[in-house]
Amino acid sequence: MAFASPLLSVTESTPVSIRGRLPVGRVHSVESAGMLDGPGIRHVLFLSGCPLRCLYCHNPDTVCMKNGELRLADELLGTIARRRVFLKRGGLTLSGGEPLAQPGFVKTLLAGAKALGLHTAVDTSGHLGARADDEILALTDLWLLDIKSFVPETYRRVTGGDREPALAFARRLAARGRPMWIRFVLVPGLTDAVENIEGLAAFVAGLGPAVERVEVLPFHKMGETKWALGDRPYSLAATQPPTAEAIEAARVIFRAVGLNVF
Amino acid sequence: MYAALPKTISGTLPAFFIPMPLLENPSLISESAPVSPWRTFASGHWNDRIDVRDFIQRNYRPYERGGDFLSGPTDRTLALWEKIRELLVRENEAPGGMLDLDTKVVSGICSHAPGYIDQDLEVVVGLQTDAPLKRAFMPFGGYRMAAAAVESAGRTVDPATTAIFKHRKTHNEGVFDAYTPEIRLCRSVGIITGLPDAYGRGRIIGDYRRVALYGTDRLVADKKDQLAHATAAGMTADLIREREELSEQIRALGELRAMAAGYGCDVRRPAANATEAVQWTYFGYLAAVKEQNGAAMSVGRIATFLDVYIARDLVEGTLDEAGAQELIDQLVLKLRLVRFARTPEYNELFSGDPTWVTESLGGMGLDGRTLVTKSCFRFLQTLHNLGAAPEPNLTVLWSERLPESFKEFCAHTSIETSSLQYENDDLMREYWGDDYAIACCVSAMRVGRQMQFFGARANLGKTLLYAINGGVDEIQRVQVAPPSARILGDVLDYEQVKAAFEHMMGWLAGQYVGALNIIHYMHDKYCYERLQMALHDREVLRTLACGIAGLSVAADALSAMKYAKVHVIRDETGLAVDYRIEGDFPKFGNDDDRVDSLARWCVETFMAKLRQQPTYRNSVVTQSVLTITSNVVYGKKTGGTPDGRRSGEPFAPGANPMHGRDSSGAIASMASVASLPYQDSQDGISYTFSIVPAALGRDPLSQVVNLTGLIDGYFASGGHHVNVNVFDRATLEDAMAHPEKYPQLTVRVSGYAVNFVKLSREQQLDVINRTLHGSR
Repeated sequence: MAFASPLLSVTESTPVSIRGRLPVGRVHSVESAGMLDGPGIRHVLFLSGCPLRCLYCHNPDTVCMKNGELRLADELLGTIARRRVFLKRGGLTLSGGEPLAQPGFVKTLLAGAKALGLHTAVDTSGHLGARADDEILALTDLWLLDIKSFVPETYRRVTGGDREPALAFARRLAARGRPMWIRFVLVPGLTDAVENIEGLAAFVAGLGPAVERVEVLPFHKMGETKWALGDRPYSLAATQPPTAEAIEAARVIFRAVGLNVF
Repeated sequence: MYAALPKTISGTLPAFFIPMPLLENPSLISESAPVSPWRTFASGHWNDRIDVRDFIQRNYRPYERGGDFLSGPTDRTLALWEKIRELLVRENEAPGGMLDLDTKVVSGICSHAPGYIDQDLEVVVGLQTDAPLKRAFMPFGGYRMAAAAVESAGRTVDPATTAIFKHRKTHNEGVFDAYTPEIRLCRSVGIITGLPDAYGRGRIIGDYRRVALYGTDRLVADKKDQLAHATAAGMTADLIREREELSEQIRALGELRAMAAGYGCDVRRPAANATEAVQWTYFGYLAAVKEQNGAAMSVGRIATFLDVYIARDLVEGTLDEAGAQELIDQLVLKLRLVRFARTPEYNELFSGDPTWVTESLGGMGLDGRTLVTKSCFRFLQTLHNLGAAPEPNLTVLWSERLPESFKEFCAHTSIETSSLQYENDDLMREYWGDDYAIACCVSAMRVGRQMQFFGARANLGKTLLYAINGGVDEIQRVQVAPPSARILGDVLDYEQVKAAFEHMMGWLAGQYVGALNIIHYMHDKYCYERLQMALHDREVLRTLACGIAGLSVAADALSAMKYAKVHVIRDETGLAVDYRIEGDFPKFGNDDDRVDSLARWCVETFMAKLRQQPTYRNSVVTQSVLTITSNVVYGKKTGGTPDGRRSGEPFAPGANPMHGRDSSGAIASMASVASLPYQDSQDGISYTFSIVPAALGRDPLSQVVNLTGLIDGYFASGGHHVNVNVFDRATLEDAMAHPEKYPQLTVRVSGYAVNFVKLSREQQLDVINRTLHGSR
């Protein structure tokens, strides 16, 4: 692997049973009014650490655990409680990084948000899905599951990792009937091959009614400046965002198998 | 004693008033109402005394469903709008941005013959002068300023008119006769700016609905009764003033009748149908804007009142929905045409030719019913039918309990047009009941029962610098405040500076309220709002509306002293001229109470100082946190501040966090502003919020729902006012480069909306540099 992460050694294969809730975790940043990551207005916590190294990552500064600040869950939940009036039709979204890199902390935050009566969402690649135990599944009202690609080689090229953990997690959520929004980032020349999209569409359609919608997200370069600060080269500098036609074409593929596409 | 008030039509007729031919021609006036004007209305107190609120409460129908009933514009309206648009293009290209202006006739209610745009297309008639967009000559606020406005359009005032004003004193001259040297100095260094000492003070809302509901005969009878009762054994100055004012009010109502007669309407009697109700109400407003060029000439809260008439006509089958929308569209077109001649200096302060024809929509009644009616939707619909526009300044009185369908229609309209502002009805209803309206941007007042003495604003950023420099102005290097100990040393000591700041606020409050007392004494004397006050009760609550600019600068500066190290950079005389900050500190706009509490301290402390001052006419002191667009000028006149702001850089508008310092997202920014105390800022707390459309959600429905949620949350957190802008920075940049492509691009600045292309380049850059949530 090109970019080995210390996290990978403990995560990829064996399911880890996490029962404990951790009162403290590493947080990269906070968006107090996220309106793109789940329904309604969301308090979005970007947690640090990620086992994948996606070429188009728009938060490359979050992949390193050490870039996060140690924060107390109680303190974060206190802020959320004060802002509840804004979140009535939204809720809390945990994003990253990869939130499931800190499952104990995730569990504390989700449980706290549920105690406040808030809707909860977790934005994940599914790569560490095995770390989400049944309690985390029960505490999460919506999974924003970003399946990076379907063709295995493409998946590896995009992320540096294997696609199977993500697919396995998707199947597990489907089997439990846990609501999912599947996300797919359309990158010209990287993820836009028809067989890649068709394969993913067929897979997602097979997951059944737990998939509430599919979001086709156009690649953008807003994260480019953050790459300059890191030590990895940004390989997509020459790549342009997809055209409106290309985005629509990808959406048509998902719609063709009966999915609700945004 | 008082100098003569402006001579009027029924007094000796000065040469500069043209005669009113139609006064003597009653054949032009339509016959008396064919049917009883009050037929089918539920009666109550309003029948026996002047009480529009009671009429509304007994007769309006709340509307809780959606906007699907609405109509598009009629062909007639579109044809009229096309003609107006051509005029607007020509106006933009004209010298001084003024299509035409009167250089001879002094404006009054009856000064000009009736004017039309195209009589065949106009459902609602009446212009300020005899031609559309021809600005009136209004010198009573200050002759010099009125003449300067004429000159800025490349014209000169007629010599005969000039000659009259060699003998006729105006408000401006009266004020400067009484100003002290210290007040003049405060003005010239810019620690107090924008004072209405050379132009009309505005911010008074006549209850124009009274004209429609009662007709002028009844209103005159009521005023005559008031005059008869305004007596006592021996005359006091107050009583004499009141008697003269009531006499003038009666006279103004007579002129209103005559003006309407010129347009063939008999407003002596009440309006008998919706068309008349709209027309009569507009005549009331028109008379006001012919007589006064106040900074803000708001129309009030007329939508739900007019809805009673429209609903009756719909039931009686004399009007259909297309006709109802046509009435409102055409009324709004007239309100879009209101103009005053302004000087370039005025435009620099209040950019984009604003008139603040504020109309307040929605809100909840004290009995729990919503005051939203179909006509509130119809007013919003004008923005869809006729495109975005800065005026009238449509203001939604927001309550958590407003019908969701109305909230969402408002949010949808904001996303499409960026033309709306929102104010917290749940907060204000506690103070002002359920028949208040917003004057200007954020000033709530009970319609017809309350007025304010407008007081512009004082510069808190500069006040802080005076505290550090012992009362010496950092730019002009003159001693302005009485000498006090300078803060010495390399690093500013928080406690020491804070104490000196509080002391300096006390001095400023005295100068400021003193100036306002003089201004309003003279305005009452030389430029009294006869017609607007004729549409008020006899007993009105008067507020003295002070204001502050630079709140976030002051709060961040205190925070920097407290939580970081602020080094002083001094000139050769030891004067502090700039600051260097070592370390980080909490900044206002991030929902961080360490600094938000300092902002609250500034508001509360200055308000406490203001409350200690004696006031003209026993007015009640209030303050606003509002800059309009003067944040740019204030910044220009203020040296570097200890928050890291460089000398000359703009302040944030209103109560906004400084540009780019609110870095924790929209809600954190809103939460900080919402924490400011309304009880100590009862004239309003203005917040301007800008977001890119894509950040509001992935699809149009989510965007509407999310914007609704943001506004709900902001007001539930105690926020008072918010301007909502939804645009991309790229659009604004393109509009700067190609203004001709964006004639109607409207943005909300502080408390009003403006055509973006009419802003000065500096103001445009200020808008572009603001925190734009959702952009990176």
